[in-house]
Amino acid sequence: MASISVQAADFDLGKEVDLLKADTTSIGAVVTFTGTVRDVGGTLSSMTLEHYPGMTERELGRIASEAESRWALLGCRVIHRHGTLKPGDNIVLVITASAHRTDAFKAAEFLMDFLKSEAPFWKKERTADHDSWVEAKVADTAALRKWDQD
Amino acid sequence: MQLIYFASVREQIGLSEEDYDLPFGVSTVEALLDTLRARGPQYASALVAGTKLKVAVNQEHARLDAPVTNQDEVAIFPPVTGG
Repeated sequence: MASISVQAADFDLGKEVDLLKADTTSIGAVVTFTGTVRDVGGTLSSMTLEHYPGMTERELGRIASEAESRWALLGCRVIHRHGTLKPGDNIVLVITASAHRTDAFKAAEFLMDFLKSEAPFWKKERTADHDSWVEAKVADTAALRKWDQD
Repeated sequence: MQLIYFASVREQIGLSEEDYDLPFGVSTVEALLDTLRARGPQYASALVAGTKLKVAVNQEHARLDAPVTNQDEVAIFPPVTGG
């Protein structure tokens, strides 16, 4: 059963991995993905993440359940932050654990692909002179297709 | 019904949520969007037909032909950009 958190607070990757491994010694592979606030041109002062409370947790739970039904996971943890963040701050953490590496690798990528296209979050970037909503990328929608035949 | 708006849609309409009486005969997401567009210029510009608007009915992603009733929570928003 996946553990999902949507929170303003930061997370501690090492602590979350330890928690996931605490209950069992049958885990042989742990994969983690951390998404962070990127400032390409050195102009970003902050990024604000808006979300849909209730639906966000529900969507992340649904995506995690789908991952658990496709691969033999022994642990699954998703943390997504909201609110105003600075360049370099953590945004999202996905941890998957399995007996062998392939399940954990595939499940982590699947979770991030679906999270990016289906979890109701919206990013707004602030620079010195203006605020703008981040546009959704066509490549993110296209990334879902590779999971059709899997 | 409860209407909820997010991100650029919220800013253009000027509201984050509102109670709305679903007019008689309006029974799909698409018909609801058409009805809302006729409510004023800010709705018309926020909900321009043919743009990539997304809709959730009772907190689940819904297509334009999905049914809606006056008891539903309907959220309207641009494509998501989390992660």
